[in-house]
Amino acid sequence: MSDKKNTVFLIVQDNEDARPIIEAVEQDNPDANIQYQPGIVRMEAAGSMIVNRETVEEQIGREWDVQELHLVLVSLAGNVDEDDDKFELSWH
Amino acid sequence: MPAKKLNLRKRYELLTRGMGWDTTYQEMDDVFPYDTFEGIKITDWDKWEDPFRLTMDAYWKFQAEKEKKLYAVIDSFAQNNGQTNLADASYLSAIKLFLTGVTPVEYAAHRGFSHLGRHFRGDGARIACQMQAIDELRHTQTQIHTISHYNKHFSGLHDPFYQFDRVWYLSVPKSFSEDAMTAGPFEFITSISFAFEYVLTNLLFVPFMSGAAYNGDMATVTFGFSAQSDESRHMTLGLEIIKFMLEQHEDNLPIVQRWMDKHFWRAYRLLGLVAAMQDYMLTNSPMSWKEAWDIYFVENGGALFEDLSRYGLRMPKYHELATAEADHVSHQVWSVFCSLGNATGFHTFLPTEEKMDWLSEKYPDTFDKYYRPRFEHWAKQKEEGTFEYQTGLPQLCQVCQIPAIFTEVQTDPMQLSYRSTEYKDDKYHFCSDGCKDIFEHEPEKYAQAWLPVHQIFQGNCGGPTLPEVLDWYKFRPEDGGDYIGSQDHARWQEWKGDAKKEKQA
Repeated sequence: MSDKKNTVFLIVQDNEDARPIIEAVEQDNPDANIQYQPGIVRMEAAGSMIVNRETVEEQIGREWDVQELHLVLVSLAGNVDEDDDKFELSWH
Repeated sequence: MPAKKLNLRKRYELLTRGMGWDTTYQEMDDVFPYDTFEGIKITDWDKWEDPFRLTMDAYWKFQAEKEKKLYAVIDSFAQNNGQTNLADASYLSAIKLFLTGVTPVEYAAHRGFSHLGRHFRGDGARIACQMQAIDELRHTQTQIHTISHYNKHFSGLHDPFYQFDRVWYLSVPKSFSEDAMTAGPFEFITSISFAFEYVLTNLLFVPFMSGAAYNGDMATVTFGFSAQSDESRHMTLGLEIIKFMLEQHEDNLPIVQRWMDKHFWRAYRLLGLVAAMQDYMLTNSPMSWKEAWDIYFVENGGALFEDLSRYGLRMPKYHELATAEADHVSHQVWSVFCSLGNATGFHTFLPTEEKMDWLSEKYPDTFDKYYRPRFEHWAKQKEEGTFEYQTGLPQLCQVCQIPAIFTEVQTDPMQLSYRSTEYKDDKYHFCSDGCKDIFEHEPEKYAQAWLPVHQIFQGNCGGPTLPEVLDWYKFRPEDGGDYIGSQDHARWQEWKGDAKKEKQA
């Protein structure tokens, strides 16, 4: 049992489309814990986590629509705040 | 020069604020007759917001892309005989239970959200429900395509929708979804989107689909993850609707709390089937039920309810019992299936030595003490040829419809948990305080439950004997019983041609 009371997480498929997103999360959320499980990658952090469009675009060298995240999303926990530039999860 | 593209916020606002109107020829209450009787007070529907801000053009674009990816994999799986790459054919029992139990639930969810997509008077909420209705229909279809492939090679998948309305254990998911569908729209969405999808669906999809990946089941991984990408949106909708109701009026809190307590317990009981799948039916389990419970309910559910406590919402009633049961529930449910294995539409099998050692490691406080001796006893009986299936029919819980098999885990794990109450001169039986509370709040609803065992005794299920009932279920002799010696087993041996590759022996 855990006492981690404010963990947010983002789980994505373990595939090529998700890789730049995982790398962007690692870069912009240095404290995030990244776990590789069969078929999936679970990224968790205390309090909040952000996926920035610009960081993903730097990884892939093309324009990236934040909503492309939907294609690889498996699950999440936290309040979602999404706009043209970022996708953010947080607990209040 | 073309107009500059509007940003996401603006596009979403135009879709959900500009397209609705207040009716004048008819009263709004006549046009939307269902969204007030539950007592939920909404003062401003415009405060509703989908945090993903998904517009129709984006919805169709991304859904189409998901579909293309999904069907490419399903086609490739079929073309390349992907079924021969499973860890073991016994693994398919889990998939048969999943596909016969969950696929019709997806369809029920489609019907429920279509209803909400018409009957919520806020346009933002209506659009979110319409998208979810289409998602749920898509999930039904992708699962039917998977059924279609496996049905060519294995038994037990020939008539899931017919069986859903009749079979004793499929009445568990059926009663769960029909309970929600026969409630008002706010209770329905609290049940499906929040209690089931937000609080508990991670337990159904994440470790289980990861388990499918671990067992070489590419078809299930693919439809599972494709569905799950929609599920994240549904979970978010579930959290939004709870926050929306609680922010709109303080009178909503006690109503929402009671729904939370009820549907958490309903959904949790349903997941007892998943616990057995995860610990026993997967050839290789990536994570035990208890580990999944600790991560996805205790830890993540804890963070969620901590967040919601600012509205005065507390953890659902009996959550401590559910956590205490995490050490027991998979063993108890799988024992029931093994002891009634002549009446299931999938094969049962006793855990191998290797599996039992894994269970001992994952359940150090309970497996060796309470459950290993039972499985070893049955294994010995099977070896000696003295094993017999249960001949009596079990007492079902009036609410969750699971046989009353759970025990008093907080006081005496060897004592069956059993409750009863009287209503209009009849006695009703329950597996737990959680189910009894639900009945006592709405006895007129649950007194009407279609309980498979009662129906058999009343003569409504094909006849008084087991073969007649199984025939009425459209179970064929090759669908149930032991995996070892079954048609599936024989086919697997034929494909693999090497006894050493078998996991169940």
